[in-house]
Amino acid sequence: MRNLFAFISGALFGGGLFISGMTDTAKVQGWLDVFGDWDPTLAFVMGGAMIPMAIAWWFTQGRKPALGGDFPERPEPKIGRNLVLGSVLFGMGWGLVGLCPGPSLASLSYGGPGHWLFVGAMLAGMVAAVPLRRLLPAT
Amino acid sequence: MIEQDWIWGFVGGLVIGTAGAVYLLINGRIMGASGIVGGLIDGTGMRTMWERLAFIAGVILAPIPLYPLYKEVDTHITGNLVAIVAAGLLVGIGTRMANGCTSGHGVCGMSRLSLRGIVATVFYILAGGMTMVIFKHVLGVI
Repeated sequence: MRNLFAFISGALFGGGLFISGMTDTAKVQGWLDVFGDWDPTLAFVMGGAMIPMAIAWWFTQGRKPALGGDFPERPEPKIGRNLVLGSVLFGMGWGLVGLCPGPSLASLSYGGPGHWLFVGAMLAGMVAAVPLRRLLPAT
Repeated sequence: MIEQDWIWGFVGGLVIGTAGAVYLLINGRIMGASGIVGGLIDGTGMRTMWERLAFIAGVILAPIPLYPLYKEVDTHITGNLVAIVAAGLLVGIGTRMANGCTSGHGVCGMSRLSLRGIVATVFYILAGGMTMVIFKHVLGVI
């Protein structure tokens, strides 16, 4: 059951990314490029995604997940070096090519070799992050 | 034939949010793409391996039946292989250091008004915007 609903959720995510145009690197870079021919699409995608998600968070109050367990606890509102530095590094990569982890997976079937190369490098980066996270413990 | 404009961006966004709601309310987990993949890479998520693989399979397969709705399916990715490798490495390292990306910190975090989610989103958007300024407008390499 967990796997089935994980698959359904993944399919909605991938389908939504495709429909929204977020697998099109030109749209993402167009949104980040405020000094170019600005493309507002990404803001509408984010806004649209917030609506069901905010309702879902509201609905979790006083309830348990349908398949058991507990809802993830709210993390302590601590802003550390890793959060900021990691987000800056991620943002640089995101701007450079216009892909983030979700869309890079959603576009694997049709994006061509450039996308395979990106995902390969991203997985390598995630491997490299393992010792890095030991060297830089969360502050 | 569908044109990919902001209306479809909003519709797609609603579908993305619904995906996050399903993963949260049914499986009890936060839908963060970098965390779901990263937990398989560093071994911290092996206990939930099949759930993660099922999610990833859904993400990869879902667009395939949707191709015919579009007159062209082009991701306009750069041909600059150095940029692609550098960007992939930065995205992989950065999202694991920050414990989240556009889906985890952005969609799931900001919608519950998580301070960490909001701060991460501000920084990756600023860094992305700065990167466009430097590499596109100043250096002209992308």
